Amino acid sequence: MGALKTVMGGDAGFATTKLDALLNWARKYSLFQYPFATACCGMEFFAVAGPRYDVARFGAEAPRFSPRQSDVLWVVGTISQRQAPALKRIYEQMSDPKWVVAFGTCASCGGFYDNYTTIPGADKVIPVDIYIPGCPPRPEAVLDGLMLLMEKIEKGGNREAMTVPPRELPRLAQLRTRADTTIVSDHIGKMKEDK
Amino acid sequence: MSVAVLARLQAEFGAKILETSSFRGDDEAIVAPSDWAAVAAFLRADSELVMDHFIDITAIDYPERTPQLPRFDVVLLVRSMSKNHRVRLKTRVQDGEELDTLVPVWRGANWTEREVFDMFGIRFRGHPDMRRILLYEEFVGYPLRKDYPIDKTQPLIEYRKEDNLEKLPPFGPTEGQPWNRIDWQARLEGRDMQVSPAIAVQQGQKHALSESSARAEGKPLPDEIPGKN
Amino acid sequence: MERIEEELEDESALELPTEPMRLNMGPSHPAMHGTIRMVLDLDGEIIKDVDIQPGYLHRGFEKSCERGTWAQVYPYADRLNYVSPMLNNVGFSLAVEKLIGITVPERCAYYRVILGELARIADHLTCNGAGAMELGAFTPFLWFLKVRDWIWDILERETGARMTHSFGRIGGMAKPPTETLKQDVLDILPQVEKVLLEAEGMLLRNRIFIDRTQGIGILKKDLAIEMGVTGAMLRSTGVDYDVRKAHPYSLYERFDFEVPIGHDGDNYDRFLVRTEEMRQSMRILEQAVAQMPDDGPINVEDVRIMMPPKDQVYNTIEGTIAHFKLVMEGLKPPVGEVYSYTEAGNGDMGFYIVSDGSGTPYRVRCRPPCFINLAICRDMLLDEMIADIVPTFGSVNMIGGECDR
Repeated sequence: MGALKTVMGGDAGFATTKLDALLNWARKYSLFQYPFATACCGMEFFAVAGPRYDVARFGAEAPRFSPRQSDVLWVVGTISQRQAPALKRIYEQMSDPKWVVAFGTCASCGGFYDNYTTIPGADKVIPVDIYIPGCPPRPEAVLDGLMLLMEKIEKGGNREAMTVPPRELPRLAQLRTRADTTIVSDHIGKMKEDK
Repeated sequence: MSVAVLARLQAEFGAKILETSSFRGDDEAIVAPSDWAAVAAFLRADSELVMDHFIDITAIDYPERTPQLPRFDVVLLVRSMSKNHRVRLKTRVQDGEELDTLVPVWRGANWTEREVFDMFGIRFRGHPDMRRILLYEEFVGYPLRKDYPIDKTQPLIEYRKEDNLEKLPPFGPTEGQPWNRIDWQARLEGRDMQVSPAIAVQQGQKHALSESSARAEGKPLPDEIPGKN
Repeated sequence: MERIEEELEDESALELPTEPMRLNMGPSHPAMHGTIRMVLDLDGEIIKDVDIQPGYLHRGFEKSCERGTWAQVYPYADRLNYVSPMLNNVGFSLAVEKLIGITVPERCAYYRVILGELARIADHLTCNGAGAMELGAFTPFLWFLKVRDWIWDILERETGARMTHSFGRIGGMAKPPTETLKQDVLDILPQVEKVLLEAEGMLLRNRIFIDRTQGIGILKKDLAIEMGVTGAMLRSTGVDYDVRKAHPYSLYERFDFEVPIGHDGDNYDRFLVRTEEMRQSMRILEQAVAQMPDDGPINVEDVRIMMPPKDQVYNTIEGTIAHFKLVMEGLKPPVGEVYSYTEAGNGDMGFYIVSDGSGTPYRVRCRPPCFINLAICRDMLLDEMIADIVPTFGSVNMIGGECDR
């Protein structure tokens, strides 16, 4: 609700804001989604919409099966070469502003279907805003991605892809990024001492 | 029960049943392509067999056994609802050879025959609707043939040309494990010395050429072949 | 005014002339599960012809299997029928075990039955729930999702994944059952039954539901057999065929359960058959939980098939070699080909596997039950109304991953 304070700022009883900021704030909480559910991830998409995880808390529960009425295109599942024209057409039919979420590994990069019939990621055909990894992603990850999308909508502006930064990089991974094996072996030695 | 099916077929067709086997309880009979439809119709109509429940039609590609044997195996699986027995009928067809359709015998053969055509390029004579079923009309080639490279895509629409889209494939042709993977392109072009044991048996060789003997003869190993990804 | 009355007396005047129309439905239609396209030839609202085009989710399952080891097929097999992945795991395991000629220990067979029947309940819940939702009954769908999450909780505790478990192994399972498995299963069964009863109360006497399912999408018995239809669709026509009864595998002959069959083969019967199958699955679960031994081996003890225990891998050279060979070269079944079939969520799911004696499958063919069930959909839709496509297609339970592979 941080955005609300800026919108309603001041005690004078009137709002001073840019119109864009107000619109973005409003858009963020009323996402009409188009679930382009093709494959396995659709099952988890049901679960996100279901009672336990309840995507309605984020104002994004209303599916619209007409691209002209929807804001967010969820690409849920593998996109085959044969499916790609349909996906592109649906994206083109959506009216601006529109966002695309790649739900799961297949929609993000093709996953392990690295073969003659699968497109390696929906972003080969349409621009993607948020990538949610997982095969299929857990509902928690989906909600994380959705919140990231809301953050992005609030900021407005560019359409650059975003990823969820890890809360904490694992220690070994931190060391690996330095590409220094001696540090890794030192670290392992230290782990043994700790034991 | 199970032997009775093969015995019944042999009693009816005699030498037209080229081979029979019962590996792990699966009865199998091999016929010539010209007898394919007749034997199938008999399976369905005979009062002792009554194979009324259609199960599946599929094919297997053996590019290396040509020209001794035709390239493809076409396999029919049926079972009997009342007698509760199954049989596997097989025939061998050349590349480009047409096979009689079984749609008049079991209507369920319609889509599976279309799939065999889609994946292997085997046409069925007299089929009511011989179109591709899983792939699109624009697709060239037949993907389940061993000589079709697994990663050869044929996009219907152009990919976007943006920065940062050059992702590495997660696995690549050897799936992260270069050991003991069969590279069919290399093998069919004669660059790969590995011949699978089953093919060796069918070709009458005693043993498949092993990697150690290939190394002894100074031939390149699959992993060392230049140009292989 | 008089003139209008005159016209009304003539009945033909009310009939507007209809022109034949060709309508494209799907692939991104909400009722088409995202992967089917139907080209309809309509006369008014009556379907005169329909061309069903699957293949929008063709992902190259069979080709992908030909480049890994036998064990690497499991993740792909999971994603065939992604509503009940455990049944595919079990089906593929049984196929390779048949090819090798081994049987798993009894405890493992029971474990497979328990996990498989849980997956079957989840499968039918999804199918029935989605079918009801497409007819406007949103509440039972949410209830079924709730129950499915309970079942997935158990599967997650056992396997580590909610949906795509990859838990089967050739010659066993990845891990032995947890200690709480039996109690978990026994705990949820009464609650599942309760929700089933509630949902039945919402649907089965609901006029909208009855009108849109009874007598719609009728499937004839003889045609169904000839077309190779299996599973709940075949049983709804009155054919008593369940692989678990006809060709028992994995100790199914030890359980006392019944095969529910329908009478008319319409959408309503298919709904009821699936509901009753869930009850029978619960019966099997109760018996399996009671019969499963609490200890004993879960995997075959052959290092050429199953990986040795980790302490052997780390501490003995034999264990290390066995592990290395299984990972790098893979399991090497004998030369041959077998067809193995199990009762999956949609029917007779078979794996026709061909081995050339190497560590890589020569050919893995999955006999997809819903691909073959879908082929008959045209006959069920002809001369029905266009709105009847939704319940009919929903009750076929087309699962894209399995249909198109």
